[in-house]
Amino acid sequence: MKHLRAVNRKAQLVDEFIASEFADVHGLSQQQPPQPRPHYPLGCSLVFSPGWETDSAGGAAGLCSPVERDLYDCYITCFWPAQVPDHFNNYPDWTSKCASATKDWRNLDLVFP
Amino acid sequence: MTTYRRGEFHSFQGGGVDYLYLVPSAAIFALDPVSKDLISLLDDRELTRQEIIRELTGRGYPQSEITDGLDELLGAHAIASGDGFIPPSPEIPDGSFPLQTVVMNVTNQCNLSCAYCYEYGEDRIASSDAKTRFMSEQTARQTVDFLLGSSAGRRTVHLTFFGGETLLNFKVVKATIEYARSRAVEAGKYIDFSMTTNATMLNSEIINFLSENNVGVTVSIDGPKESNDRFRVFAGGKGSYEVIAPKIKELIKTHRSRPIGARVTLTAQVVDVKEIYRHLTEEMGFDEVGFAPVTTSPVRLYAIGNQGLDHILSQFTELADEYLESALKNQHHGFSNVSDTLQELHHGVSKAYPCGAGLGLVGVAPSGDIGLCHRFVDSDAGKIGSLDTGVDAAARAEHLKRGHVNNKYDCQSCWARPICSGGCYHEAYVRYGDASHPNLHYCDWIRGWTEVCLGIYGEIAALNPKYLDRFDQRKSL
Repeated sequence: MKHLRAVNRKAQLVDEFIASEFADVHGLSQQQPPQPRPHYPLGCSLVFSPGWETDSAGGAAGLCSPVERDLYDCYITCFWPAQVPDHFNNYPDWTSKCASATKDWRNLDLVFP
Repeated sequence: MTTYRRGEFHSFQGGGVDYLYLVPSAAIFALDPVSKDLISLLDDRELTRQEIIRELTGRGYPQSEITDGLDELLGAHAIASGDGFIPPSPEIPDGSFPLQTVVMNVTNQCNLSCAYCYEYGEDRIASSDAKTRFMSEQTARQTVDFLLGSSAGRRTVHLTFFGGETLLNFKVVKATIEYARSRAVEAGKYIDFSMTTNATMLNSEIINFLSENNVGVTVSIDGPKESNDRFRVFAGGKGSYEVIAPKIKELIKTHRSRPIGARVTLTAQVVDVKEIYRHLTEEMGFDEVGFAPVTTSPVRLYAIGNQGLDHILSQFTELADEYLESALKNQHHGFSNVSDTLQELHHGVSKAYPCGAGLGLVGVAPSGDIGLCHRFVDSDAGKIGSLDTGVDAAARAEHLKRGHVNNKYDCQSCWARPICSGGCYHEAYVRYGDASHPNLHYCDWIRGWTEVCLGIYGEIAALNPKYLDRFDQRKSL
């Protein structure tokens, strides 16, 4: 806070609580000192995840949509409830030619259910 | 349109800084000029955001600063809008209450006859007639087992020996400490010992034992001869000072493993706080001195009236100023009423109950009856169980329900309630016949004293904030 300075321990707790209420998404390197609470970075900046790259215009509008298309992360970790290339029944071998996503991602083909 | 109004707080100053003590959170914030002006703008009226901005931009503040300040004050509940904050409903804690401290009344007998004594004096609530007078070794061992067995996950527990005069039953104190040590090792806990005594029976053997066993000692004494002997007398009326003075000096000289504290009872006749403090620290050598006004009904000759409390408060304030001077120089000062209050202010303690009686602390009578605290043992009023049957859950639940600060109507408009919570159950019982009654006779005193301590806290926070680090560790945890 800029205008109120926490003096005793309880004020520090109130201060931290207010900060956590208004905290927004931020770049990992941008907040100094880092926030004390656990911070879980998510997204394609840390893991290579074919399907989440930007499109040719630099945006996300031209990309496949998860509900209709094929996302590598959904297939591997199964966090999407009904990914199109499902590895249980219809496409058990979808990633068989993709041993390493960073090298073999071109071998992931589109599926047409 | 949304309007904003003053929230619940007490404002104070220290070291040239403006502070808010927020109620009921007990958070202390320092204000900058814009937040201070914003708060005073809402002192006696409600304003909309636009009106606040208009007023303060007129005083030269940029709009962004004003709105940021407004949001911060709102977030901290220093100002309110709309329906305000929903007052918390009384939440009675459920589940278990691991014991931290047992005060063991090893005897209800005493070799002094202080007229103001809450145990034997005119306002006693205990009826020790026909009850066990001295705790047996077996009951003492049972008390230790009860403490260790009821302390759940606590690593450290406290056993306090109390009376009557504790040393009338030194044999049991000694045996209990030996037993408790071995039981604590088996239970994987640390047990800490302390005791209160009138010092009349201290001798070299006892002093050496207390020192070797690291027992914290508090001595009840009311200052130099004249004031001590006003009430602290033997049965025949002879004063106790001449007997205790040399014994206390030997205790302080020999027992260096823990600070030795003095506990002074103030009455209408014994009010010279500064003189008593000087005598007990400089001449006797006590490390700490704590003062408490006598607990009594208002009709007694020694009861302190409102004027007397005002006089004591002004004396407390002068002594507290000396504490502040020492604190700014990083020096120890033994006025423990200040250090105890600063400790609570530093942590922002906001109490649902005035103390831990019946929760983390209980008193055990010589007979094995369990009372809310040592002041309630041997009285039917505060009995909440016995060593044989344990704590009576229904009696405790009733105590928790009635004693909760949110159930004390008179406290709801008081800014000092986070730290007072209605005050001592025993004091209330003696005055009003109801342990959960707020102690209305000392409201002004509590607010006055809290105000003094807030000023000291603010001054130290502004001028020597490192000093406050010593309060980081909560006492008795």
